[in-house]
Amino acid sequence: MNADNFSVQIKDLDLNFGAVKVLRGLNLDINNGEFIVLLGSSGCGKSTLLNCIAGLLEPSDGQVWIGGKNVTWDEPSQRGIGMVFQSYALYPQMTVRGNLSFGLKNARIPRDEIERRVARAAGILQIEPLLDRKPAALSGGQRQRVAIGRALVRDVDVFLFDEPLSNLDAKLRADLRVEIKRLHTQLNNTMIYVTHDQVEAMTLADRIAIMKGGKVMQYSTPDEIYNRPQNKYVADFIGSPSMNFVEGTIKGGKFTAPGLALDLKGYDFVGGKATDGAAVIGIRPEHVVTGELVSGAPFQTDVTVDIVEPMGSDTLVWADLGGAPFRIRMDGQARVHRGETMRVGLEPARASLFDVKTEERL
Amino acid sequence: MANASTNIAAAGPRGPKPRRAISGRNIMIYGTLGLVALYYALPLYVMIVTSLKGMPEVRLGHIFAPPVEITFQPWVKAWAQACTGLNCDGLSRGFWNSVRILIPSVVISIAVASVNGYALVNWKFKGSETFFTILIFGSFIPYQVMLYPIVILLREMGIYGTLGGLVMVHTIFGMPILTLLFRNYFTSVPEELFKAARVDGAGFWGIYFRIMLPMSMPIFVVAIILQVTGIWNDFLFGVVFTKPDLYPMTVQLNNIVNSVQGVKEYNVNMAATMITGLVPLTVYFISGKLFVRGIAAGAVKG
Ligand SMILES: Nc1ncnc2c1ncn2[C@@H]1O[C@H](COP(=O)(O)OP(=O)(O)O)[C@@H](O)[C@H]1O
Ligand SMILES: [Mg+2]
Repeated sequence: MNADNFSVQIKDLDLNFGAVKVLRGLNLDINNGEFIVLLGSSGCGKSTLLNCIAGLLEPSDGQVWIGGKNVTWDEPSQRGIGMVFQSYALYPQMTVRGNLSFGLKNARIPRDEIERRVARAAGILQIEPLLDRKPAALSGGQRQRVAIGRALVRDVDVFLFDEPLSNLDAKLRADLRVEIKRLHTQLNNTMIYVTHDQVEAMTLADRIAIMKGGKVMQYSTPDEIYNRPQNKYVADFIGSPSMNFVEGTIKGGKFTAPGLALDLKGYDFVGGKATDGAAVIGIRPEHVVTGELVSGAPFQTDVTVDIVEPMGSDTLVWADLGGAPFRIRMDGQARVHRGETMRVGLEPARASLFDVKTEERL
Repeated sequence: MANASTNIAAAGPRGPKPRRAISGRNIMIYGTLGLVALYYALPLYVMIVTSLKGMPEVRLGHIFAPPVEITFQPWVKAWAQACTGLNCDGLSRGFWNSVRILIPSVVISIAVASVNGYALVNWKFKGSETFFTILIFGSFIPYQVMLYPIVILLREMGIYGTLGGLVMVHTIFGMPILTLLFRNYFTSVPEELFKAARVDGAGFWGIYFRIMLPMSMPIFVVAIILQVTGIWNDFLFGVVFTKPDLYPMTVQLNNIVNSVQGVKEYNVNMAATMITGLVPLTVYFISGKLFVRGIAAGAVKG
């Protein structure tokens, strides 16, 4: 693939704030029209990376390419990007119309063209009735729509979102999430979206870049990230309730640990075949089978129920497996009680194995 | 059951707790306020009353008595005829001098300081923190220490004894405190607003004039009050850096009140003092309202 096929490319990006290294040798290739989510816990450098792409922060080293052009030294307004901020950042003294047209006026775009673009953006986002209001007279959801509109009117190829929904309440967040997804299918431009919310990441992204300490831990599709996490950090970070980890040893194609003896036949090893030694197995709570399904599972065992957390749609059970707590996700209608013994089944093919030292996937 | 419980609720305390209009606490508060008000209002009263009396009446010495015969002659004399040393054209000369000092000083100092504060917050450059520290340090240096060096500086620049020189001095001395004022205000403006404006293609001046300035009216009003009253009331710089025919109003007032020839015309002196104080007084009255309105407008977050 040559460089023109990429919408955005980050090459060996370093960013230091004084002695603090926030981004370290970061590389990221983003295809045209892709929806990329930067996901990571607070303080891992997501916003910093986004600001570097936007040109609001000067990298200490490395390059940023947008649309096949090296834009590392370009002004934010020349990069062909639009940005949406967490706090909306609407200009308080201007009306919605003023907010939308500010960037276009700065670019000296003819007045009728400005009007056309504002009308189009307002139509797409359904904010026409709000055009003559000031931001103070808008609700949170409306403000965020205007903020998206401000990026929309710029008619750019790349949209940058910095946690655009995290100031909204849960219901509105879900609604706007779908709208952003719809916007993407409609416009088909590249979107880079920062969030610390894994549901947003999984639902929106074509590909997710999971970041930790200024590095990308894994960069692949939501499906791949969920089913084949590349390392223990990603495995632990994605999924709620989070994955169960049990330390043990692999020997002769079998994984053994207190209370567990799993035949690893069917497990897709990274190198193709198993290597003996210490390992950690990760099993998602929702991949533990219960009830009638147990009989079909390759490995079956009895566990004691410790705590039951009913959540309506499903029930989270904390059980005791070989002396360690083990999370099991069951149907919302399951009736289990503390102290009960329950038969569960595990399927090694759906589990993930990690090296104890490097924490990389085996 | 349900009925009984509502009855009990209706009988018990409900809604705001009644308060007595005259309580020990209220008497204390209003009493103290009244006393303090009297303490400040009484001298003002004496001044106004005296300035409206003729000299014969003043000589009677009843300072609290209202004027028997109201005359505005002392005010006219203070404004247009009172003598200070060489010339006898009253305070009017000093008034216009003060206006000519005040307007450029206020405008220039606030314009420069607001841009300073804006640059310090949003366009951090290498050494901007050091620059700021030096500036803050500047606000602690007593004026007296710098008087003589500045006299020499102005003389070398050839503007000693001119209004331009005095304007420059006022601008420089207003800089530390005003920059601090603006810097602190601009720090409270969300950084994302500034970033959004940069993505929208606004530059240094574009962001200053179109985003920051319209958002910062309250702090500009505060700065104007500070500078107008400070510069209008200045005596020291006026005396040191100008010549007699360019003296600001305060210096001229002093010369009228302290003139040694002839009888002391208390009524003219009082009128002159009142006239001199009118400008800061007006600023307080007008800007007080603006100030409150500005704060209220700024409180609505965008
Ligand atoms: N202006 C700054 N000066 C120094 N450190 C900063 C600055 N901005 C961010 N950082 C640090 O960089 C790290 C990454 O910040 P950020 O990119 O905002 O994280 P997040 O992933 O939550 O968006 C944090 O540890 C933060 O403390
Ligand atoms: Mg952030």
